[in-house]
Amino acid sequence: MSESYKIIDHNYDVVVMGAGGAGLRATLGTVEAGLKTACITKVFPTRSHTVAAQGGIGASLGNMSEDHWQWHMYDTVKGSDWLGDQDAIEYMCRNAVPAVHELEHYGMPFSRTEDGKIYQRPFGGHTRDHGKAPVERACAAADRTGHAMLHTLYQQCLKHKAEFFVEYIALDLIMDDDGTCRGLVAWDLDSGEMHRFNAKMVILASGGYGRAFFSCTSAHTCTGDGHGMVARAGLGLQDMEFVQFHPTGIYGSGCLITEGARGEGGYLTNSEGERFMERYAPTVKDLASRDVVSRGMSQEIRDGRGVGEHGEYIHLHLEHLGSEVLWERLPGITETAKIFAGVDATKEPIPVLPTVHYNMGGIPTNYKGEVLRPTVKDPNAIVKGLMAAGEAACVSVHGANRLGTNSLLDLVVFGRACGMHAAEVVDPKSSFKELKTTDGDEAIARFDRLRWAKGSRPTADIRLEMQRVMQGNCGVFRTAEILKEGKDKLSETAKTLPDVGVSDRSLIWNSDLVETLELENLMTCAAATMNSAEARHESRGAHAHEDYPKRDDEVWMKHTIAKVDDAKGYAVDLTYRPVNNFTLTDEVSYIEPKERVY
Amino acid sequence: MVEFNLPANSVVKEGKSFSAPADAKNTRSFKIYRFDPDSGDNPRTDTYDIDLDKCGPMVLDALIKIKNEIDATLTFRRSCREGICGSCAMNIDGRNTLACLKPIDDIKGEVKIYPLPHMPVVKDLVPDLSQPYAQLASIEPWLKADSPTPPDGERLQSREERAQLDGLWECILCFSCSTACPSYWWNSDRFLGPAVLLQAYRWLADSRDEYTGERLDALEDPFRLYRCHTIMNCTNTCPKGLNPSLAITEIKKMIAERRA
Repeated sequence: MSESYKIIDHNYDVVVMGAGGAGLRATLGTVEAGLKTACITKVFPTRSHTVAAQGGIGASLGNMSEDHWQWHMYDTVKGSDWLGDQDAIEYMCRNAVPAVHELEHYGMPFSRTEDGKIYQRPFGGHTRDHGKAPVERACAAADRTGHAMLHTLYQQCLKHKAEFFVEYIALDLIMDDDGTCRGLVAWDLDSGEMHRFNAKMVILASGGYGRAFFSCTSAHTCTGDGHGMVARAGLGLQDMEFVQFHPTGIYGSGCLITEGARGEGGYLTNSEGERFMERYAPTVKDLASRDVVSRGMSQEIRDGRGVGEHGEYIHLHLEHLGSEVLWERLPGITETAKIFAGVDATKEPIPVLPTVHYNMGGIPTNYKGEVLRPTVKDPNAIVKGLMAAGEAACVSVHGANRLGTNSLLDLVVFGRACGMHAAEVVDPKSSFKELKTTDGDEAIARFDRLRWAKGSRPTADIRLEMQRVMQGNCGVFRTAEILKEGKDKLSETAKTLPDVGVSDRSLIWNSDLVETLELENLMTCAAATMNSAEARHESRGAHAHEDYPKRDDEVWMKHTIAKVDDAKGYAVDLTYRPVNNFTLTDEVSYIEPKERVY
Repeated sequence: MVEFNLPANSVVKEGKSFSAPADAKNTRSFKIYRFDPDSGDNPRTDTYDIDLDKCGPMVLDALIKIKNEIDATLTFRRSCREGICGSCAMNIDGRNTLACLKPIDDIKGEVKIYPLPHMPVVKDLVPDLSQPYAQLASIEPWLKADSPTPPDGERLQSREERAQLDGLWECILCFSCSTACPSYWWNSDRFLGPAVLLQAYRWLADSRDEYTGERLDALEDPFRLYRCHTIMNCTNTCPKGLNPSLAITEIKKMIAERRA
């Protein structure tokens, strides 16, 4: 079968999959280190979803008021509801300040303070001195920080003449018999040709899988492609039950309104005009971490205090800030509110709803970026030749709930760490091990099967059904019954995948086939998420289980590892690995779990 | 007058029509350019009647509805659906814009959708943008400075200096402007076009950049810069409300002042 496809072979020291913040930062690092690098991306780099990040990148620069990386670390640990690995959290927070300075040195157009320094704004969950009051820690370029960062990183890659393979769809990893990753197979949309990349190191920076849900802030391209590839290689996915709902997605369209809007003084009200967050988080109110605010909003709506004809949304007020502040500091969302909610934010509140936004879970890695293959004997065993960074990865710095601004930080800190580690372990002078002629055959067989799929269900049908199950049965509030039902329903949907029908047979820009390949990846993510959630009998961070409303550190202070078998109807096998209860250095000590109050 | 005729294989033919469900009360026709690179057939326009009561408000919502429910072969780029990634730039109702930000209600009658003009078409609404991408790289769009950076901090930039970048750095590289420019249509091989010139000015305007002279040298060329004749289609069409025409004028002014 694979004879009918023209295959082009390449040798690269490093292959990076994805050209968002993490992928570009990793690419930059390996190119600078003199490694021959290919960055493979399904969209032109500046169209990656990093571009949509709004509010800021977290770093304790202290430009506006006193701040320390240890405070940032405490907030991140608390935000994670103690599921984050504290060695990795220490690594991220202490590297945040140099990482942001580096971005500025690259030319990133940050907003500025009166004395010409990088402008910082308050953000949810970020506090002064261990929870005393909100602190200005989010380094911002107006409300288009991700755009500024992504374009800056792309510019630096151009400067260093990095090699890009744009609009290439990565299909699968090439794995050795001994479990080493040897490269990947990708399909060039423009020419229709297949490419086999032989690599000494593969870095997955393929982003999240928000599109497994019906309503999300994520781009259409956030389909968990790296997750799918890892699962098909027989590796596990970590903490997939932790899905972040952003409190302020625009009602209807799901477009994001940055938390920076509340950082600048915006607040939420219910149908009685009450600032209800004062009840849920008396100290920091509307700037509590996202899981807390999203649950507060959902509770108000459930209790019949939602706004609107059917009481199904909440109001976000910005009008008191004045149009000058809005147009200077929040121009993007002022525009977005106008276009997608028909609301003039300088005059009236914006209708918002908690919306799927971020996946804390993903491909398990350590703080260097090496992908883990946890076993009972060695929970920190690594996969040779494979690394991951960004939303695709689960380091785990976000644990059960990510703080706003820590995602952009995660991208550059761990993208950079991947570059450094690759430079350390990959020898550009060593010769390439030749691939076997059969390497990649399975990937191409899968491709060919879907290309000619003549089943009765269009891709969009199955996808919509999956998205509805995830939205309805794996949302903000979860119960044993809802999750059990969700597991069954999702399994039914997954079983119809062999009956998928594709109508476009072309090899050139066949986006029908792209969406079908993506659907398999999404289904993998959905199955891992639903099953991991159903099994976790406690409430922690974004996983709020009504039958088990308390956090249970005795039993559940552990990471879930989900292995998904697409050949068996997306059956999921769950195991667990301990949380790292130590720090990286002795400059800071392990932060003991305690009750999480904002 | 010289008469121009399209080569026979470029003439756009009438294609297929798909009617709306019988119970639809609020229908609208979408006439969409199709090109199949495999068949060698001429491009065609297919017409899809859809029920707007069961469709989101934007043109992109309609395209996705068509792809999901009527014709999965329809091909277009899309990603963020909120006007920040620049993927879904196309010609809608005679104007280059982003499908995700264009309300269907803004258009009277049949909605005509074509790829960005004067670019090679790969398939349907997907143009080949490799030329403008290469032109972007050619202006060396990164910060160039020889002064050492502070070891433990950021370079300082006053709020006034930073304000010089507003209206420039927000460009999303959708190339709606360049592909709306008659000068770019004629001379896209040598004229940089408004999108890339806006980026060129973004670095000239940055107080941190120390290569103004070299940048101006590289731009001072009858084609690269001076094919701009201030037609202003770029500014008219920019879906983000930016003003490439003004940026180009500023570059011309800088060169004129340097000469004086």
